[in-house]
Amino acid sequence: MKFIQQLSIILFISFLGEGLNWILPLPIPASVYGLILMLIALQFHIVQLEQVQDTARFFIEIMPVMFIPAGVGLLNSWSVLQPICIPVILITLLTTIIVMGVTGQVTQLMIKKGKKK
Amino acid sequence: MNTFLENSLFFGAIISLLGYELGLILKKKFKMAILNPLLIGVIAVIAVLVLFDIDYDTYNKGGQYISYLLTPATVCLAVPLYEQLTLLKNNWKAVLAGILSGSLTSLVGVFVLAKLFHFSHEQYVTMLPKSITTAIGMGVSEELGGIVTITVAVIIITGILGNVTADFIFRIFHIKDPIAKGLALGTSAHAIGTAKAMEIGPVEGAMSSLSIAVAGLFTVIGASIFADFM
Repeated sequence: MKFIQQLSIILFISFLGEGLNWILPLPIPASVYGLILMLIALQFHIVQLEQVQDTARFFIEIMPVMFIPAGVGLLNSWSVLQPICIPVILITLLTTIIVMGVTGQVTQLMIKKGKKK
Repeated sequence: MNTFLENSLFFGAIISLLGYELGLILKKKFKMAILNPLLIGVIAVIAVLVLFDIDYDTYNKGGQYISYLLTPATVCLAVPLYEQLTLLKNNWKAVLAGILSGSLTSLVGVFVLAKLFHFSHEQYVTMLPKSITTAIGMGVSEELGGIVTITVAVIIITGILGNVTADFIFRIFHIKDPIAKGLALGTSAHAIGTAKAMEIGPVEGAMSSLSIAVAGLFTVIGASIFADFM
């Protein structure tokens, strides 16, 4: 019974996310609306943590595998990507490293500053 | 044999799982960052497809059901985020500043480098949403007149690169705080980075999940402004 209820709640919120995505003319996916809805539901105790926790843990654990089909899909876009492949990969690599470094450093500095006060 | 595979609904799913498990085994054995399970999984599946001359659609017949789970899985990211809500409330200024600086850096970085490589407007806007989650990035690219298939490819490459290089980047930039690590992964490498953050720890995972939504939002606004620069 436990998993039926947990799965129902998670899929129902995903469905509500789809609804918002369909109604609102923004490039925001159903999944992000769903994440926000779930957070609100938990915060206002519409959904209790125990009512979703175990199934959520399962989904999050297998999440990396869900990106494999998209990664393999690069095989199909290779022909479009090939002519600008080198600059695209350079830009991707450089910005990914810099963004990660900057975000981490800024957050760390702000946390330190906050603690000093 | 091929007609069997073309009709199989589990072939794509099982080789994805096996590829990922192969990655887990290799990582455990050799302990090298480059042996990232996701990266190994993708390479292993591609190798099988190429070797046995199986096309992507055949694979994706089963593979699509794994992708289908991404929406509920993303919804579930709210759970660890909820568990860390007090930490978020106590550090909200640092969190916002971190994600905002990261999103801005991504846009500026793409602008400068695209200029350097003499990209056309179309190629430039294609790259702008590279650090945010696929579904939002596709929408942004489409709206700005980019090439959506390349945007998707670049977003996936970004995610995998972020996932693979995170440990190394944290070391060279001396990023030690769990909140900072989580935000850095989520802001630079969206949901694929979040998968990595979840492996590091619960605080990292929660902060990374938050960044997917917030960085996505900042980039939707930022990219529409940056699109006019070139």
